[in-house]
Amino acid sequence: MSEHVWEVFRQERRGQPFEHAGSVVAPDADFAEAWAREQYGRRGESVALWLVPRDAIRDVEDWADEFDLKYRRVDGYSIKARLKEARELAAESAARSRGAFSAGESQ
Amino acid sequence: MAAIGIPRDEQAFLDYVQGGGQVEATDWLPDDYRAKLVKFIEMHGNSELMGVLPEREWILRAPTLQRKLALTAKVQDEVGHAQLIYRVVEDLGKPREQCLADLISGRSKFHNVFHYPTKTWGDVGVIAWLVDAAAIISQKALLKCSYAPYARIMKKICWEESFHILHGRDVILALVTGTPAQFELVQEALDRWWGPLMQFHGNPIPRDEDPMWLWRIKSQGNEEARQQFLDGYVPQIRELGLEIPDPKLRKRDDGTWEYSEPDWDELRHVVTGHGPKTEERLAFRRRFLEQEQWVRDAVLAA
Repeated sequence: MSEHVWEVFRQERRGQPFEHAGSVVAPDADFAEAWAREQYGRRGESVALWLVPRDAIRDVEDWADEFDLKYRRVDGYSIKARLKEARELAAESAARSRGAFSAGESQ
Repeated sequence: MAAIGIPRDEQAFLDYVQGGGQVEATDWLPDDYRAKLVKFIEMHGNSELMGVLPEREWILRAPTLQRKLALTAKVQDEVGHAQLIYRVVEDLGKPREQCLADLISGRSKFHNVFHYPTKTWGDVGVIAWLVDAAAIISQKALLKCSYAPYARIMKKICWEESFHILHGRDVILALVTGTPAQFELVQEALDRWWGPLMQFHGNPIPRDEDPMWLWRIKSQGNEEARQQFLDGYVPQIRELGLEIPDPKLRKRDDGTWEYSEPDWDELRHVVTGHGPKTEERLAFRRRFLEQEQWVRDAVLAA
């Protein structure tokens, strides 16, 4: 019988997420369980284990972002430069209108 | 654009890991990086497997039932570490059978401290306390290894090593608070082990010249690790009234430790397979590998 890789996920306490711990190589599910119990549960460090054949895992890694969807996230907005410009514009225009007013008064 | 892209050319990959990036088993890895990982991690696995032999010799001679159980648990843990570590090597492309074949034929190495004899129960205490302390310093630094599957199993390993250190310290404390002869047992063991302990973290090559640092397999240089060991453990050794067999050992004003040059020739000689117990322990492994072949055959035939 040929051996397969089983990924092992362990839960440390009830209610916590299962975290990837490592993997074991075993000819079938029962042996995989025996190895995983021995290597990831022997000292009571896990309350539960998930064993998943590596072949059954679909790996998703490339995140297409053709439409530049950053507008849906906080880091999609860089307002620093724009805010600075807006503040300067506002200050300038306030100064201009003050200037116009005082010029009118002095006449 | 990919959100998290692992670079696919060597220079960009190097920049990525040097910037603190980590990679997974399924990512593209440069050949040189993969080769360095295999060499480093395989030696770690070998050391765990060979490291139990000096302690195993004392299971039947442990002074109390409690000590016997603790020592057995420690040996079981270390063999478990070897299992976890060889699994990581396998995933990188080198089969476990090949690792074991290279180990018993002397082609691959294991740590210097596991080539020496254990003369008394004092040695067992010194190994569990100080050898494990030196090892945990290296292993804690591996929690940040650029190869994430290795870094993850290191969490479990470090967790178990902390109990080993405490067990060792407890053995030592029992002896130093016992009879003068028991105290002397510890002092003699410390005298024997100090040299190999000072060699343990390797020669002080600048970390930028260390390929393992370059690829961020290790996250600290050899000398940094040794200084950390001295800083943590010299005070703990001295407070027990034990004498460290190095007249030059002192803390400089800048906080670093000065010490006599470790015997680097001895280190080279020992790790290349010429230690006092190298041949005997490899022969033991060879014998058991043969003897247990039927177990592996039975499992695969199931």
